Amino acid sequence: MKEGRKEVPRLRMATATEQWVLVEMVQAVYEAPAYHLILEGILILWIIRLLFSKTYKLQERSDLTLKEKEELIEEWQPEPLVPPVSKDHPALNYNIISGPPSHNIVVNGKKCINFASFNFLGLLDNPRVKAAALASLKKYGVGTCGPRGFYGTFDVHLDLEDRLAQFMKTEEAIIYSYGFATIASAIPAYSKRGDIVFVDRAACFAIQKGLQASRSDIKIFNHNDMADLERLLKEQEIEDQKNPRKARVTRRFIVVEGLYMNTGTICPLPELVKLKYKYKARIFLEESLSFGVLGKHGRGLTEHYGINIDDIDLISANMENSLASIGGFCCGRSFVIDHQRLSGQGYCFSASLPPLLAAAAIEGLNIMEENPGIFAELKEKCRQIHKALQGISGLKVVGESLSPAFHLQLEESTGSREKDVNLLQKIVNLCMSRGIALTQARYLDKEEKWLPPPSIRVVVTVEQTEEELEKAASTIKAVAQEVLL
Amino acid sequence: MLVAVLTYVGYGVLTLFGYLRDFLRHWRIEKCHHATEREEQKDFVSLYQDFENFYTRNLYMRIRDNWNRPICSVPGAKVDIMERQSHDYNWSFKYTGNIIKGVINMGSYNYLGFARNDGSCQEAAARVLEKYGVGVCSTRQEIGNLDKHEELEKLVADFLGVEAAMTYGMGFATIFSMNIRALVGKGCLILSDELNHASLVLGARLSGATIRIFKHNSECAIMEGSIVRLPEVIALKKKYKAYLYLDEAHSIGALGPSGRGVVDYFGLDPKDVDVMMGTFTKSFGASGGYIGGKKSSAPVPVPLKGGDHELWKKSTDVASGFRIASNNLPLCIPQELIDYLRTHSHSAVYATSLSPPVVEQIITSMKCIMGHDGTSIGKECVQQLAENTRYFRRRLKEMGFIIYGNEDSPVVPLMLYMPAKIGAFGREMLKRNIGVVVVGFPATPIIESRARFCLSAAHTKEMLDTALKEISEVGDLLQLKYSRHRLVPLLDRPFDETTYEETED
Repeated sequence: MKEGRKEVPRLRMATATEQWVLVEMVQAVYEAPAYHLILEGILILWIIRLLFSKTYKLQERSDLTLKEKEELIEEWQPEPLVPPVSKDHPALNYNIISGPPSHNIVVNGKKCINFASFNFLGLLDNPRVKAAALASLKKYGVGTCGPRGFYGTFDVHLDLEDRLAQFMKTEEAIIYSYGFATIASAIPAYSKRGDIVFVDRAACFAIQKGLQASRSDIKIFNHNDMADLERLLKEQEIEDQKNPRKARVTRRFIVVEGLYMNTGTICPLPELVKLKYKYKARIFLEESLSFGVLGKHGRGLTEHYGINIDDIDLISANMENSLASIGGFCCGRSFVIDHQRLSGQGYCFSASLPPLLAAAAIEGLNIMEENPGIFAELKEKCRQIHKALQGISGLKVVGESLSPAFHLQLEESTGSREKDVNLLQKIVNLCMSRGIALTQARYLDKEEKWLPPPSIRVVVTVEQTEEELEKAASTIKAVAQEVLL
Repeated sequence: MLVAVLTYVGYGVLTLFGYLRDFLRHWRIEKCHHATEREEQKDFVSLYQDFENFYTRNLYMRIRDNWNRPICSVPGAKVDIMERQSHDYNWSFKYTGNIIKGVINMGSYNYLGFARNDGSCQEAAARVLEKYGVGVCSTRQEIGNLDKHEELEKLVADFLGVEAAMTYGMGFATIFSMNIRALVGKGCLILSDELNHASLVLGARLSGATIRIFKHNSECAIMEGSIVRLPEVIALKKKYKAYLYLDEAHSIGALGPSGRGVVDYFGLDPKDVDVMMGTFTKSFGASGGYIGGKKSSAPVPVPLKGGDHELWKKSTDVASGFRIASNNLPLCIPQELIDYLRTHSHSAVYATSLSPPVVEQIITSMKCIMGHDGTSIGKECVQQLAENTRYFRRRLKEMGFIIYGNEDSPVVPLMLYMPAKIGAFGREMLKRNIGVVVVGFPATPIIESRARFCLSAAHTKEMLDTALKEISEVGDLLQLKYSRHRLVPLLDRPFDETTYEETED
């Protein structure tokens, strides 16, 4: 011990001068406690072992002879490219519609009234829209033969973007050539790995794909439950306080839909905006169903609630519902939208929207601006049919009374999804044979994050007369009685 | 070698200036032109990282006028471009109201010349528009499956020589998030060419399978304009019992004696390719994509023995994507692929179907190419394209430019290398009434920026000659004729499959 104490001052002097003399080092080894030496010894042995075992493995891999390779290839059998699909899969045989899918539709040879296409404003066979598209066809042909960056930008596209921005009262709009790709490209353009997205449970499939492509952290809150969202936001705040450096570079987004396709309900936007400013998260609003439906002039949920549109960072919608065209658009402030022109995958790497479809959309917008009365008319019809469909034995209406696309679900499920689907299909088929075209809401069962229960989709359009609405309600009632009781 | 050094120097200078400008903007010495965040949201986490946009702000902005040029006519052989001016160095554009008419269009993917506003295709599309309208407002599985779609799918299957086909509304979306996920999942291996398009790369990444990338060609890194070596790929695929996914977005209609794509070009059996995917945007003058399905070649499965099966990649071979699975499932019967896609594909369930006039355009143009409309216009177009391609490429090589790609590919990349020349080339060509496409980083490696000419059957020899004359003039002006090897004119080169490069070093 005495020697140890003597050693310590000497060692200290050595560190002070920063010169380790060899003799002193050897002495230090002698003086070190036994367990220390043993531990070091084990470590050294372990390292040697690891070194050796690694070389051994490498040798094994590259030492397969040609004969062994051939044998491995022979033995190995691939699985079939796709699993088999049973011949009576409910989605295998599509309904064939002869002619246009307009108000009077011919499904599988039977004339029906259309209660299944999202043609809310009846623009599908509006003669003005057709004339505008025809004029564009005669001027530009059909395709654009290139993406926006390479001579695929037509003056029609620029016009449509300007008109949409004006209509929605935002600074800028950007159009995509396909509705599904719009939100699925917009989300990954802003939200990357490491960012956090709070999304509603009932978000549609396109949003789910966008979130998946973004690789961000997804936090799901219960459908339209602001308390649940606040709980998640609070939890995140606590996390942030633990690691403020990381919090400073982690972006937060809240993704909601204006009118949910899967449930027919509206998102409580005013509370959401309050949460946005309290917890500093940006809002992306998907308005595919609410654009051209809600609000006094059809501007969507922000007009419906009277919220300043600049409070929403990005509004995305597709033009395939109310505008009866193809494609989608995003609108918002230039600061936000301009970024997508270089980083929106569906914008940069895809051919642009055919000009005749853009011209049809412009004419659709014109009609919407000239007849703001159709929105109130549509709401009235929705209310009428909602009321008429209440009280059907066996079926319940899912969706708000001002939603033109709502669901009819079984009041009591049979217990098996397949049986439910078959029952509903019977109802749909009978309705079709009586002249009311309906469809079941289709989902990819295995891929949905939150699979809604099977349902019949009912869509209300301005073209449906009151008599037709009454007829539809009574047919559905009668058929439901026959099938379910 | 000198060119490479100068290119790097060029980028270095631009980067330095970029930092300087950013510094000046930060200290408000220079005016900041780009949009900024709202006042109310200034304390939110910033939406963009500063460095992400460095390239955009400082390099791209300077030459931004070469892209997104708006046109106001049919994207045919000649096009009308709207003139734009910028008074603040490309931060914003104003339209002068002038239209530059009759610009020779070497930028649109109009291989067979079907981008027209007259003729039988347009008339048929107009008839269908009158009858059906423009939109569909529903998905394929619900109530959006029109008789026109069924007709189109039968025709596509007939055209490709496969059993059945499925069509989609968007070419890009046909792969990305819509179908690779349906076919491939975790536990599978994807062997993908390093030059595959962004949509394939994204779709493959999203599927969750293991991905291995193999070199496009081991000797020289050729990009775009090169043709896949299909016979070797199919031989490999048969040997290792893999599945082949072939993306023919550009080659369908453009290659092959009857315009049926790369399979036709090599004279192979379409049944050897398991999944044939393509788009209607380029050669058919419409939009949308398709997948053609084959007879399943899976034998009766045997339970796998344990162990890791790694595939040894050959660096000299080229393919568009393989798929190998490693689980067990019972045998499947023919036409299963398309049935599976009809029931399980994302876009059939959630996305709108193709618009009827677009469908009619595809039907008419496809019938024309096949000769079913009774004329030989289709065949003539295919032949004209092949002639134009060979002529154009040969003349450019004779002039001394460095051209990449296969002799028969209608996409002709002309190397520029230096960043300053990208902007200069685009602008000079427009002054001479020729519209070209220039691409640089990040679409290509940083020192390999290029101009890409897209030939079309609609280009006449006079147009090509005019274009060649102007290209030669600009090439002399900008010193683009890098090639040390000069081709002897009118030499009849034997056809060889190797991708081509002539370099200075």
